[in-house]
Amino acid sequence: MNLRLHIWRQAGPADQGMMKTYDLAGVNEHMSFLEMLDVLNEQLLNAGEEPVAFEHDCREGICGTCGMVINGRPHGPIARTTACQLHMRSFKDGDEIYIEPWRATAFPVVRDLVVDRSAFDRVIQKGGFISANTGTAPDGNAILVPKTDADHAMDAAACIGCGACVAACPNASAMLFVSAKMGHLSYLPQGQAERSTRAMNMVLQMDAEGFGGCSNHYECEAACPKGISVEFIARMNRDVAASALFGRD
Amino acid sequence: MELNSNIPSGPLEQKWDKHKADMKLVNPANKRKFKVIVVGTGLAGASAAATLAELGYNVTAVTYHDSPRRAHSIAAQGGINAAKNYQNDGDSVWRLFYDTVKGGDFRAREANVHRLAQVSVNIIDQCVAQGVPFAREYGGYLDNRSFGGAQVSRTFYARGQTGQQLLLGAYQALSRQIGLGKVTQLNRREMMDLIVIDGRARGIVTRDLLTGKIESVLGDAVLLCTGGYGNVFYLSTNAKNCNVTAAYRAYKRGAYFANPCYTQIHPTCIPVSGDYQSKLTLMSESLRNDGRIWVPKKHGDTRKPADIPENERDYYLERKYPSFGNLSPRDIASRAAKEACDDGRGVGPGGRGVYLDFADAINRLGKHTIEDRYGNLFEMYERITGDDPYSVPMRIYPAVHYTMGGLWVDYNLMSTVPGLFVLGEANFSDHGANRLGASALMQGLADGYFVIPYTLGGYFGQVGPSPLPSYDAPEVKAAEKMAADKVQSLLSIGGKRTPTSFHRELGTLMWDKCGMARNRKGLQEALQEIPAIREEFWKNLYVPGTGEQLNQSLELASRVADFLEFAEVLVGDALHREESCGGHFREEYQTEDGEAKRNDDQFTYVAAWQYNGDGAAPSLHKEALNFENVHLATRSYK
Ligand SMILES: Cc1cc2nc3c(=O)[nH]c(=O)nc-3n(C[C@H](O)[C@H](O)[C@H](O)COP(=O)(O)OP(=O)(O)OC[C@H]3O[C@@H](n4cnc5c(N)ncnc54)[C@H](O)[C@@H]3O)c2cc1C
Ligand code: FES
Repeated sequence: MNLRLHIWRQAGPADQGMMKTYDLAGVNEHMSFLEMLDVLNEQLLNAGEEPVAFEHDCREGICGTCGMVINGRPHGPIARTTACQLHMRSFKDGDEIYIEPWRATAFPVVRDLVVDRSAFDRVIQKGGFISANTGTAPDGNAILVPKTDADHAMDAAACIGCGACVAACPNASAMLFVSAKMGHLSYLPQGQAERSTRAMNMVLQMDAEGFGGCSNHYECEAACPKGISVEFIARMNRDVAASALFGRD
Repeated sequence: MELNSNIPSGPLEQKWDKHKADMKLVNPANKRKFKVIVVGTGLAGASAAATLAELGYNVTAVTYHDSPRRAHSIAAQGGINAAKNYQNDGDSVWRLFYDTVKGGDFRAREANVHRLAQVSVNIIDQCVAQGVPFAREYGGYLDNRSFGGAQVSRTFYARGQTGQQLLLGAYQALSRQIGLGKVTQLNRREMMDLIVIDGRARGIVTRDLLTGKIESVLGDAVLLCTGGYGNVFYLSTNAKNCNVTAAYRAYKRGAYFANPCYTQIHPTCIPVSGDYQSKLTLMSESLRNDGRIWVPKKHGDTRKPADIPENERDYYLERKYPSFGNLSPRDIASRAAKEACDDGRGVGPGGRGVYLDFADAINRLGKHTIEDRYGNLFEMYERITGDDPYSVPMRIYPAVHYTMGGLWVDYNLMSTVPGLFVLGEANFSDHGANRLGASALMQGLADGYFVIPYTLGGYFGQVGPSPLPSYDAPEVKAAEKMAADKVQSLLSIGGKRTPTSFHRELGTLMWDKCGMARNRKGLQEALQEIPAIREEFWKNLYVPGTGEQLNQSLELASRVADFLEFAEVLVGDALHREESCGGHFREEYQTEDGEAKRNDDQFTYVAAWQYNGDGAAPSLHKEALNFENVHLATRSYK
């Protein structure tokens, strides 16, 4: 198939940036979306031009490195699918495709489609963990976890930290990401001891990073390649309210 | 240099405990005086960095990713082994040890493997405490599944995302230490070289991938946790950015490279679909718990799988290896698939594929159970191929997956450069010539959580605290200049070909001549062809842009340059090892029914290669492997 691509080009953080148009011929339906961009980049290189910078690593939808807005949707048109797992059979000959970076104050553009998501790391550093030094653990089966709780925890823990939720949200809110980590840990008995300090500290950092608030658009859930539910946001709000009420132990 | 594995004396079961008791300790107040540089934040690196910081060491962790959480470990699907015997099915530390030594085709060090099996149980405890959401049974107890090369269920898992969950556990422990100011985390920094001063590893040269700045980090010890080199084959199941640079540069600074020819080809991957293919996708080995592998009995049978009656199908693994069947080890299952396809019975385009069929399991257990076990893998398969594996069998083919070879380390995980330790897939230590499924996660975490925290203390106890070398030291400046010169040379060739085109060319050559089956003639040809590709690379490469910005073509070119040198070491090792063992299959050395034929008299050793300068052949050092506890048997899964 032949495609017309409109891609955001920005040489560096200080550059203005603009959309540029490229025609790409001979795209195969079995290619992944990123392989299609690889083909474009090889062509650009062969023509002596700078290739489009985009991030990727596993290409299996698990590392959370890839991410771009495709025709207005983070990770593109197919639900629960990262850009690297999107295949060209979802497009047809003659399509025009618009490709842009995540847009959010907390995720400044580094180059072309590459953004800086280190704000996520800093939120985790404030409380997205269970404090269990190596060597202190009791036997694994000493802590029983009901299967349904383990399943809920796993649903939340499936987050890949790609940032699509932020990119999809009109307020650039990180609530889905933050609440997923809290939900993962708060469904487990091991996570109870620090539950309320965790909630408070993560939310304070989230605000400090410049992420917006949640006004219940639920675009995040729709964009999440792992289908993480907004129910975790409600759960997080309860935890934050409880920690505010009962102090920060 | 004489290789000393430093294996403690005494009975196998007591070696590790005795060693821990004998090692020197560093007192708590002194620990912060030691600065440890951890390169890589996969399972091995993140667990080591977090644990060492908890102990009080002053840690700097480095990764080329934008976040420590993105390391390739995240992609591991199936699970992690541990000798918990929760299933009461006869497992034990001894059995895990034995299975691993046997699975590795008797080419691993007994003492290391036994220690690995011992600490495996602590890993599960630690991960549960951190909140890793392992699969549970209804009673709340931990669940297990089976993996290849074992007849017990000892694999712990978190849906099909075990690596992700284990890595997030380690990443969160690391994040906690970063938050506490105990770890300095440097993201988007690539290690370009190792700095050796007065015979000790004292630091690394890094390149900031956003600004291009070349900068050194100095310390008292360097831990390389930089993963495997499977991408020397271009197409593999590894993440796209995995590369050999850190290990190879350490090799050039004096660390020996052990058994580079031991590469693992995983039997169940999605076949190549076209020449634009950028990587291959693994379908977890756990699928072989319920999936049955087959090809048509008839040559060139093009009927749809559903139209081929039961008695015209060859379930070749069940036929050839009745006691392990579909759960035969990877090297064996891969070769059997290749054999069936070479015989003209492969399925799908080009005949390079075999079926992995779930119809029986779905009939027996119901679709729901299969969905519960493998839902995300099935979805992934459908997304990539467009076929629904609930109704048509999967089509799979072997692909490069893992590298058992790596930098040589002693029992303490120290390389031949004092102060340079190597952990995880980057070392060679525990898997011999073939790794069993679910054992890499185990090894990475064993090294990081439970081995290095002790052995590094032993090293520091010996060398004592010393002032950091000066950032102006001649060794530092020389290494920085080398890195800067490399960048400049790559940028200034001004040729016509892209870095990817060279990587692909090298990979194709490696797969054809040094892949699943190898022979003398092919290997000798490869040794002629690799230098030719390298020469063309340095004459005709094109890298756009500058070295002072994010430049992904430059990053890739720099890694491909190292692959182009390293490939020769790998092929040289494959040529020298005149036997077949595990993942190293030399066509000249096989039994009548096509099984690998070891030559124990001549090759029961670790081959450790020493760099002798560009253009000079590396020299071979042999570490003899002594089997005192297991009997060196012919591996049989029949
Ligand atoms: C698809 C797939 C599935 C797998 N499934 C399983 C499984 O189910 N069970 C199992 O046991 N094993 C599995 N494995 C194998 C296992 O995942 C790996 O062997 C293991 O995770 C390697 O961990 P590591 O910490 O050694 O290295 P990695 O996780 O590869 O980490 C390497 C780190 O080093 C950094 N790095 C490398 N070079 C440099 C440099 N020059 N400068 C700076 N940083 C650098 C990287 O950024 C990264 O942080 C699987 C592998 C694959 C490919
Ligand atoms: S590249 Fe890893 S999720 Fe897309």
